[in-house]
Amino acid sequence: MAVALPGQRVAPRGGLRRLARRKSTVAFMLALPLILLIAGLVVYPALYSLHLATLNKSMEHFVGLGNFDFLFKRELFWMVVKQSCIFAITAVIFKALTGFVLAHFVHNIPTKKQRKWRGMLLIPWVIPPAMSTLAWFWLFDPSYSAFNWILNYVGMDNVNWLGQPNWARFSVILVNVWYGAPFFLIMYLAALKSVPEQLYEAAEIDGANWWQKIRYVTLPMMRNIISITVLFSLIVTFANFDIVRILTAGGPIDQTHIFATWAFKLGIEGNDIPLGASVSLFMFPILGVAAWFILRDISNRGQEA
Amino acid sequence: MSSAVLDAPRAKRGSISRDRKRALYWSYFFLFLFVIFFLTPPFYMLLTSLKTSGEIAEAKFPWWVFHPSLENYTSLLGSQDYHDFFINSALVSLCTVAVTMLISIPAAFSLSRMKFWGSTALAAGVFLTYLIPETLLFIPLFKIFSWVTELTGIEFINHWWVLIIIYPTLTVPFCTWIMIGYFASIPKELDEAALIDGAGWLQVLVRIFIPVALPGIIAATIFAFTVSWADFLYPMVFTTSADQLVLPAGIVTTLIKGDVFDWGRIMTAALLGAMPPLLIYAFLMDYYIAGLTAGATKG
Repeated sequence: MAVALPGQRVAPRGGLRRLARRKSTVAFMLALPLILLIAGLVVYPALYSLHLATLNKSMEHFVGLGNFDFLFKRELFWMVVKQSCIFAITAVIFKALTGFVLAHFVHNIPTKKQRKWRGMLLIPWVIPPAMSTLAWFWLFDPSYSAFNWILNYVGMDNVNWLGQPNWARFSVILVNVWYGAPFFLIMYLAALKSVPEQLYEAAEIDGANWWQKIRYVTLPMMRNIISITVLFSLIVTFANFDIVRILTAGGPIDQTHIFATWAFKLGIEGNDIPLGASVSLFMFPILGVAAWFILRDISNRGQEA
Repeated sequence: MSSAVLDAPRAKRGSISRDRKRALYWSYFFLFLFVIFFLTPPFYMLLTSLKTSGEIAEAKFPWWVFHPSLENYTSLLGSQDYHDFFINSALVSLCTVAVTMLISIPAAFSLSRMKFWGSTALAAGVFLTYLIPETLLFIPLFKIFSWVTELTGIEFINHWWVLIIIYPTLTVPFCTWIMIGYFASIPKELDEAALIDGAGWLQVLVRIFIPVALPGIIAATIFAFTVSWADFLYPMVFTTSADQLVLPAGIVTTLIKGDVFDWGRIMTAALLGAMPPLLIYAFLMDYYIAGLTAGATKG
């Protein structure tokens, strides 16, 4: 314990122990603001929402599982469940695929030029989503849609991008893919660069074609980063609010609501806080799955180190 | 005979390099297509912001601007509302960055170097809290803050500064997590030497860890700033009066009114609002990307 040496000069006996105690006290004090923040503004609200979900609208009576009973009987609730899953899963698949393919294209070109292309391709991720979604909203505008202008120009009919339920579902997914794909690109590009070039050379000597190289070299090497990014993105996309809120606000006729937008509509706009809290609680299951995977990963890493 | 034998390998090498070349051209081709797809919305924002309302209503050819004018910019920069949004956004983001750094740097130092009871569990917990989405917390937080308002008489609802209390929940877990990674990569000999020389733990943090991990701190700062600049849900929940709104919520709730859309002004407002993160990105791209990738590679 070289650490204790300076303390010894001041207090020869017992100083060692006191210093050790002081070290952990200092450590605890340094982490205290973090602990308070997490306990007060994350853990407590999360638990409190469990309690809120068991109250009636005016928050005076305990109704047990009454709110859930009410939700389960509504067709709209099941529509929101379905739409949230479709939205999150489709968007994440396309984001991951786009990111994976783009990462290969960027990786293919000379290193000197990669910076410029990567720089341009990351822009959708940098613009605050609330603001870029406004641009999409304007591109989808029913009477002035610039996309429809192109469609008309090549002789096709107008598309009611945000007014027809299925097109609206397509549009929110498209915007989400546009916003999220650059993140996957950056992650996968970093991962691609860490794959040793010799592996590809060895595969080439063994006569592997491009698909076999991806299947047997790239994918196994990138397995960790792919699972982590997909998991993250699944959580974030599942909990998305701004894109759906601005593009469709859940419409037409509530057909594009996902958990977050519906919880906002019920809880904040509709003033039924317990019901809104009950809806947002449905984001817990996916979190639980993610937490399980990540904790396993962290403990694995602990064993390796 | 001999020339044929000599030719064979050369021809093969030639075909490989031709394949490479073709792959290169296709890569450029698809990258170009994707750049068009990715940059269409911001480009269209810029186009629309330069159009007069007359040209927008005419809608002859939406993909170009024939009579550019800065009308939208001047009217927006002169408007009191937009001015308020910008100031509120700037104050909220800068204060959030300061609060975030004050909380996460000491905490990351303590969790990566000085152990105390439960510190390993806390480090894992920090990462898990990063995963809890804001959409799960906004309703209970809203209820808690209105309850505190009733209790203390301090108006927590509908004031821009309440966001400074709430935004750290978005930024602190991630910043702490990546700072733990950066601090852990500093060689132990460095702080041991300083401790032997009689430095205190706080001195080690301020004199050694902060300067050495400065790139990580910059990356974390950028992350904290962009997240608090871009957040949309919490301002929608906690603020309603026009003079208390921050940019994203302000543009959406005040410029979009009923059926009358002044698209020129909306696009100008959105473009100007997107400028600070874009500028940071343009000048500090490497730090920006380091912050992005640190979360997954170090975690």
